[in-house]
Amino acid sequence: MFTLITKRLIQLIPTIFFVSVLIFLLQQLLPGDPALVMAGEEKDPEVIEQIRKRYRLDQPLPIQYLAWVGGVFRGDLGESMRLSEPVATLVAQKLPVTVQLAVMAMIFTLGIGIPAGIISAVKKDTAWDYVVNVVALWGISTPNFWLGIMLIFLFSVQLGWLPASGYVSPFEDFRASMAATIMPAFVLGNSFAGVIMRHTRAAMLQVMESDYVRTARAKGLDERTVILKHGLRNALTPVITLGALEFGTLLSGAVLTEQIFSIPGFGKLIVDAVFNRDYAVVQGVVLVTATTYIVLNLLADIGYILANPRLRT
Amino acid sequence: MTTLRQTLAWTASAFLLAASISGAAAQQSVLRIGLAEDPDVLDPTRARTYVGRIVFASICDKLFDIDDKLAIVPQLALSHETSSDGKTVTIKLRPGVKFHDGEAMDAEAVKFSLERHMTMQGSFRRPELSAVDKVEVVDPLTVRLLLKQPFSPLLAQLTDRAGMMVSPKAARELGERFGSAPVCAGPYRFVERVQQDRIVVERFADYWNKDQVTIGRIEYRPITDATVRLANLRSGQLDLIERALATDIPQIRANAQLRMAAGVDLGYQGVTLNIAKSDAGKQGFGRDPRIIQAFSLAIDRQALNQVVFNGSAMPGNQWVNPENPYFQTRFPVPQRDVAKARQLMQAAGVRGQLSIDFMVPNNPEVRQVAEVLQAMTAEAGFDLKIRVTEFATSLQEAEQGRYQAYMLNWSGRTDPDGNVFSFHACNQPQNYGGYCNPAADALLNEARTKTDPAERKAIYEKLTELLLSEGGIVYLYHRPVVIVHSARLEGFRAFPDGLVRVIGLKFRGN
Repeated sequence: MFTLITKRLIQLIPTIFFVSVLIFLLQQLLPGDPALVMAGEEKDPEVIEQIRKRYRLDQPLPIQYLAWVGGVFRGDLGESMRLSEPVATLVAQKLPVTVQLAVMAMIFTLGIGIPAGIISAVKKDTAWDYVVNVVALWGISTPNFWLGIMLIFLFSVQLGWLPASGYVSPFEDFRASMAATIMPAFVLGNSFAGVIMRHTRAAMLQVMESDYVRTARAKGLDERTVILKHGLRNALTPVITLGALEFGTLLSGAVLTEQIFSIPGFGKLIVDAVFNRDYAVVQGVVLVTATTYIVLNLLADIGYILANPRLRT
Repeated sequence: MTTLRQTLAWTASAFLLAASISGAAAQQSVLRIGLAEDPDVLDPTRARTYVGRIVFASICDKLFDIDDKLAIVPQLALSHETSSDGKTVTIKLRPGVKFHDGEAMDAEAVKFSLERHMTMQGSFRRPELSAVDKVEVVDPLTVRLLLKQPFSPLLAQLTDRAGMMVSPKAARELGERFGSAPVCAGPYRFVERVQQDRIVVERFADYWNKDQVTIGRIEYRPITDATVRLANLRSGQLDLIERALATDIPQIRANAQLRMAAGVDLGYQGVTLNIAKSDAGKQGFGRDPRIIQAFSLAIDRQALNQVVFNGSAMPGNQWVNPENPYFQTRFPVPQRDVAKARQLMQAAGVRGQLSIDFMVPNNPEVRQVAEVLQAMTAEAGFDLKIRVTEFATSLQEAEQGRYQAYMLNWSGRTDPDGNVFSFHACNQPQNYGGYCNPAADALLNEARTKTDPAERKAIYEKLTELLLSEGGIVYLYHRPVVIVHSARLEGFRAFPDGLVRVIGLKFRGN
């Protein structure tokens, strides 16, 4: 097993290299001159030249790439053109925010999706099944920006229970942090809960018709034990894999939700950076997100191997 | 089932927990201001965004400021005097002013700050102060600016970031990182900034006008969505928001808890026409100036204002709005005249519909304006092909002349020169249309040398006549600047530049 994990780790190196080249090149395809955007309304030609020089925009692409990658190896992700701040500092500021939001959203996703999937499978073709399906479809198909604004109007403007937007660190004030992130986490989690519910339902239906479940029932076990112990455990494997992938998506995919709730995470950072052609920030954030995603995948693979002895050979 | 019940119970208790927190939200000594964007770097020398100027209004005082009638008034300066040849400006400074780090704001500091604006790498203030040749210290409270040539917009430049003074000690220590902890001489001193989340400032105890400062702390919070920004204000999470949507005005007026200050911005929204920037321009509006006149006459500016802005914008036809002292009343906003527009098109030799590549930045409001223009000008013989383009891309396209008409907004400057020179003088950086006429250049330069407003206005009258008949911009309207605040906040005054000045603000009962 050790060899297998080492092999996977070695495979990571070309993957991350490929990702870094891709990030760099795709960004160059964006139309628009970053120096022109950065030069502000006045567009002083001398300032434009200075910007080009300072950020090596006047040099050939391979040299720009090597300078960037060289910096990455030294832990220097470059400097934001718009904010004059090191990208590493920005990433360090934003990553915990996005991770907190993603974890809370995941709690909503799994907390709603798995129980709903079980109910739907166990009560197949009953009113319960239909209701849960409709709710799940609603969750998948409701746009985040609409649900977000509706929740703000209900819980912030009408009831005055929760802050409409903003972020507070849990280490600063735990209660205020929960109050600020509960709505965005719900909005984000809700959209994935439907997907998890559909997968749990499908997996449960398959498992519940298998021989060992019939055997369990024949042994006289109560239905609850059959569903939760024999059914759910086996049905959860694909759901957990999906959950790990969804978590990766949450890290990078919270753009709209972060915009609506003004959560200062990766999403907001990258949107501003793209519109301002702040190359170093886009590259830094995408590289960190991609690497996290790849590492999560690796962890899921290792988890698989640990859980399923047949994969160890 | 237990799992489901537990989940529901947890969710409900989380909401209740959150609900119990909300009661403590309102803090009377903290003013929370919702910004439409996250400002860029907080260094007056290197800053370039409008939203950044709102934050600077509390931390960095300027040599001069404007009043609510757009007149220039002293701030860190006490008075000024311009020599008869217009080439020397002597500024007397306010005594006893201190920077946030306790350093004296004296003539040496002014010299340092102005020279920093003029020479620092990446300074955006360089073109604003390009007329200044040298800064001399006369005595500790007097500086003298020696100009290369007379330049009447100079004082107006000193009412904005070019007039912001920074602590030389802090600027030397922090160098390029000055923006991470700016030290100026404003009513509030910088405390902290979390990018895209908040900028916090607190009252500066040694401020020269401290009796007018009653609120202890200000938090600026960038919230890009205007609807969410307003929701925050309504729910009491914010006390003041800038740039509310014109479409929300009726709702704001109906709310007894809110107060609104609506003004008109210093800039304009216009259609920049490619006249001679590229072949595309020469085949379109560059063919004959009568096509430009026809385009302007085909537009019903009043109807445009009603349809898109509920009547809250101000129709315009010049680079300053009709309330500006430099507005030329001899050239009022024209009424729509399709018949005359058609005649002009025929006289210019246009047969059938003239197809125009119309580049429009991707913004819902601007897109709507473009669609209205498309419908209106079609009747006069224009076929506007709207090409919605993301802003950064549109700038590059304009720079390279790959367009025929371009919807472009200008945020505006205090002095009229800032709204016209760079757009119409030959080969200027913002002259996207490639317009170039030595007669216009002569007038633009002459206006810069006159300090008497009446003389300047007379020169601009000739320029207006020229530009309205052949210039590269068709002006449409001036945008409403809507600032909304809670009724608990008192003392707010709207200024023509739309910035939020925090002096004199207080909470009711404090």
